[in-house]
Amino acid sequence: MERHFDLELQELRKDILRMGAFAEEAIYKSVEALKNKDKCLAKSVIDGDSIVDKLELEIDEKCIDLIARYQPMAKDLRFITTGMKINAELERITDIAVDIAQRTLELVDKPLLKPLVDIPKLAAVAQSMVKGAIDAFVKGDSDLARKVMLSDPEADQLRDTIQKELVEDYMVKDGSTAPRAVQLLLITRFLERICDHTTNIAEDVIYMVQAQVVKHHPEKL
Amino acid sequence: MGKIATNNLNLWYDDFQALKNVNSVFEPNRITAIIGPSGCGKSTLLRVFNRMNDLIEGVKTEGKVLVDGMDILKPEADLVKLRKRVGMVFQRPNPFPLSVYENIVFGEKIHGESLRRDLLDEIVEISLKDVLLWDELKDKLNKPAMRLSLEQKQRLCIARLLAVKPNVLLMDEPCSTLDPQATARVEELMRELKNHYTIIIVTHNMQQAARVSDDTGFMLLGELIEFGKTEELFTAPKDKRTEDYITGRYG
Repeated sequence: MERHFDLELQELRKDILRMGAFAEEAIYKSVEALKNKDKCLAKSVIDGDSIVDKLELEIDEKCIDLIARYQPMAKDLRFITTGMKINAELERITDIAVDIAQRTLELVDKPLLKPLVDIPKLAAVAQSMVKGAIDAFVKGDSDLARKVMLSDPEADQLRDTIQKELVEDYMVKDGSTAPRAVQLLLITRFLERICDHTTNIAEDVIYMVQAQVVKHHPEKL
Repeated sequence: MGKIATNNLNLWYDDFQALKNVNSVFEPNRITAIIGPSGCGKSTLLRVFNRMNDLIEGVKTEGKVLVDGMDILKPEADLVKLRKRVGMVFQRPNPFPLSVYENIVFGEKIHGESLRRDLLDEIVEISLKDVLLWDELKDKLNKPAMRLSLEQKQRLCIARLLAVKPNVLLMDEPCSTLDPQATARVEELMRELKNHYTIIIVTHNMQQAARVSDDTGFMLLGELIEFGKTEELFTAPKDKRTEDYITGRYG
């Protein structure tokens, strides 16, 4: 017999999946807007943030309500507490996508500093990490969560490459490029932060599935 | 060594095996909760520790139960001394139909101690203070115990145990007849008492086990399935059967 509690947990899982979909979409749109100099798309990312903020509060409320009413134990408790943490990480990720969209609006009316190659690559890594982490959460798949975490060094490396190029090939050589280069540096930093938040989600998923704390304990991975 | 340990403990009620190869260690100055569905053997295990099961016809035990290193299942074990050392609190408070005072000194008298009145007074005061009843009852020591509230009766029963200076307190669903406030106060009392006693509690109330105990054992069909630190057992149980039970998926 299915417990009513299980139905409520399924609802919570769906809500977090929805939150993850919003976050993924926001990253995609913000970088597309940058690539295509699309003001409307950038604005839609900024406007969409309020929906995510609302959903974050709803999910939090639902988690607290479930804890208060059912006093869950073991894997149910781990699922709900992890859900709360992932909810906060996803909201933060969406905020960062808004930051990217705002930087994009600063750049839209200026000529492109350079063809964008590595930033979209970094964005693709970030998006794929978010998708993988959410899949890992929904499926309760700790192997997938570990795989997601393995992508983080790739993101760090891309960030370093982009930073080096922007500073050495543009800002140092031609000071007039600095205002645009700084915006791109910020966007790079934002994308890399998204990967860090996603790593946190993957760590939370491993705790949820295996009751093993790997956060701050890389040796346990 | 733990205060209480069982080695390959088996127990039968006639043909029915109620405990199957139970190996456990109950540490001193800790509260250990035993949880599990009805009929899993948790109360039977509790009653083994002061051999209350001896009162049931057709009981047969095998294995060892060590209290302070002594095997209490041996025929030569002194049951009177054992029950003085290992006291029990029951589900429904069961004071004697005597005064508050007489309830507390009853054990001293039964154990053959003939103490002076001033020493008995002292025992009554200390025991009631230990269960935080002194202030409420110091002027009502001659009041019939049966007229106390349920919570006071349960505290009095604990005080009656403490008066004979046990080392171990066994509690079989001690709060099941109490309301939430009284339950919370008895749980606070248990936390106070654990500094001086080894406490083992059997409870159906998992939240209570999670709140009050340091260690928890989960029993199923006479087996001790899992035993460990309470915070670990309730957040990350190792055995799927434990997880199914504590998350309400059992059966």
